[in-house]
Amino acid sequence: MNSFEIHALKQRTKNITFQVAAIIGLLFAVIVLLLLLINVFEDGWQRLSLQFISSYPSRKPEVAGIIAGLAGSFFMVSLAALLSVPVGIGAAIYLEEYGKKNRLGKFIEINIANLAGVPSIVYGLLGLGLFVRWFNLDRSILAGSLTMSLLIMPVIIIATREAIKAVPQGIREASYAVGATKWQTIWHHLLPISFPTILTGIILAISRAIGETAPLITIGALTYVTFLPKSIHSEFTILPIQIFNWVSRPQQAFHENAAAAIIVLIAFTLMLNSIAIILRNKFSK
Amino acid sequence: MNGSSTLLPVSETTESNRSRFSFNRDTYVVTREKVVHVILLMCALVSVFTTLGIILVLLFQTLEFFKEVPLLDFLTDTQWTPLFQDKHFGILPLLSGTLLTSLIALSVSVPLGLIIAIYLSEYAPPFLRKVLKPFLEVLAGIPTIVYGYFALITVTPLLQNIFPSLSGFNALSPGIVMGIMILPLVTSLSEDSLRVVPKGLREGGYALGASKLQVSLSIVFPSAFSGIVASVILAFSRAIGETMIVAIAAGQLPNLTANPLQPVSTMTSYIVQVSQGDTPYGTLAYNTIFAVAITLFIFTFLLNIISFRLRKRYFSSGGD
Repeated sequence: MNSFEIHALKQRTKNITFQVAAIIGLLFAVIVLLLLLINVFEDGWQRLSLQFISSYPSRKPEVAGIIAGLAGSFFMVSLAALLSVPVGIGAAIYLEEYGKKNRLGKFIEINIANLAGVPSIVYGLLGLGLFVRWFNLDRSILAGSLTMSLLIMPVIIIATREAIKAVPQGIREASYAVGATKWQTIWHHLLPISFPTILTGIILAISRAIGETAPLITIGALTYVTFLPKSIHSEFTILPIQIFNWVSRPQQAFHENAAAAIIVLIAFTLMLNSIAIILRNKFSK
Repeated sequence: MNGSSTLLPVSETTESNRSRFSFNRDTYVVTREKVVHVILLMCALVSVFTTLGIILVLLFQTLEFFKEVPLLDFLTDTQWTPLFQDKHFGILPLLSGTLLTSLIALSVSVPLGLIIAIYLSEYAPPFLRKVLKPFLEVLAGIPTIVYGYFALITVTPLLQNIFPSLSGFNALSPGIVMGIMILPLVTSLSEDSLRVVPKGLREGGYALGASKLQVSLSIVFPSAFSGIVASVILAFSRAIGETMIVAIAAGQLPNLTANPLQPVSTMTSYIVQVSQGDTPYGTLAYNTIFAVAITLFIFTFLLNIISFRLRKRYFSSGGD
C-alpha cells in the first residue's frame, strides 16, 4: 500500500465512523423517547378504565378520575380556538395581502415573530394581570380561554401566512381580471385554496393548547375540582393540571393515575399532530 | 343581424337597470372593502396589543416590587427566600438554576442535534429524511408535562443508579430530559441551515480531492455556522422558558450552586410555585413573580431577537 492508499483508507474509515456515530445518535434519541413512552404506558394502563375517565378527582387514588379535567380542557380549548382562529386568520390575511409593503406591516411581522418565542408562562402572567384582575374575570374558563387564545395566535398567524403565500400569484390576477375586488378574491379564491394548509396550522395550535400547563396554573385554574363547568364563568381545571397535581404527590398510586391521564392526553395530542402532518403532506403535493 | 336586434333591447334594459342601481351597489362594494380592511387591520393589531399588554402588566407589578426591594439587592443578593420569615430577594439563585438546567439541556441536544443534522443533510438517503421529519414533528406534540413525568419518575431513579448522591429532585435529570425535548428543534433548524449551503461549495471541495466527511465538516458546516448558531440560541431561549419539566423534577429550591446533583429552582418553576399557593393579590410575594417574569422575558426576548436577525441574514444571503 502506498501513502495515497493509506490516506484514502484513513479518510474512508473516518467517513464510516462518522456515519455510524450519527446513526447511533439518531437511534439513541428515538429509542429513548419510545422507551419513555412505553414506560408511561406500562405505569398507567391498568388504571385506564371507564370509571377512571368518568370520575371526579379524589383523595383516594383508586377512585379518582379525570372527568373534571377532560371537560375543562375541552371547553377551554374550544373557546380559545373560537376566539383565536378568526382573529389569527384575519391578521395573517392583513399581513400577506394588505400590509406587506408598508412599515406597519413589517413592524407587526417582527412583533409576531417575537410573540411566538415568548415563554408560555409569561402569557400566564399577562392573563393573570389583564383578564383575571383587570377585567375581573376571576379564575373562570373565559379568563383561561382568552389567555390561551393569545398564546396560540402566533402559531395560527404564521401557518396561515405560509398557506396564503403559497397560492400562485396568477390566481389573484385572474380574479382581478374578471373584476373581482380584493376581498372577493380573498374570500372566494385565496381562502378556499389555502384552506387545507390553514387547517393544519389550526390543528397544531389546538394540540399545543391541549398540552399547555404553565399559563393556566399561573392564572389560578384549580387543581381540585369536583364539578363540571356550567358556563364560561365557572371555575375549572384542565387535564395537564390534574396530571401535575398527581405527579407532585409522593404516593406511588397517584403516579399511576398521572401515567393513566398522560396516556389520554398523549392520545389526543399525538392524534391531532398526526392528522395535521398527514393533511399537510397530502395537500402539499 | 337578427341576433343583434334581439340583444339590443336586453342590453338597454340592463344598462338602464345598472344606472339606476350602480351607485348603491358600488358604494356598497367600496364600503365593504374598506370595512374589511379595517377589520383585518384590527386583527393584526391584536398581536401588537398582546406585546404591549405583556410589557405593561409585567412593568406595572415590577415597579410595585421595586418600591419595596432595592434593585441592587435584587441583582446582587445571593439568597432568594421571599416566602420565608427572613426574606431575601436576590435573583442570582434562580438565574443560576435556570442556567444550570438550560446548559445541561444544550450539552445534550447541541452535539447530538448537530451530528444528526449533518447526517440528515449530507448523508441520509432521501426516504429516511422523508420518514424522520414528520416523525419528529409528531413527537413535538408531546406536552411538556409528560416530559416532566419522565424526568421525575423514570430518569431520576435511573440516574441515581449511576450517581448515588443524586437527590430525588435535582438539576441533572430535568436538564437531560429538556435536552431530549429540544433535540428536534435543534436538528430541524440546523438541517435547514445546512441544506441551503450552495452545491458549488461542496463540489469545489470534492474537486480538490476532499472526502465527504471533510466537505461536510470543513466546508458545509463552517458555511452554515451563523444559521446553526441561530438555531442553538433559539434552543437556549426555549430551554430558559421551559416550565413544567423543571417545576416537577428540579425541586423548587432556590440554590446558588453549579452542582447538577442538587435540587435547584429556576425562574419559571418559582413562578409556578407561587401560583400554586394562595398568594393574595398585591402582596410582595405576588409582585415577586412579575419581577422574576420580566427578567425571564428580557432574557428570552434578547435571545430571540439575536436568533431572528442571524437567521434572517443567513437565509437572505443564500446560505453563505
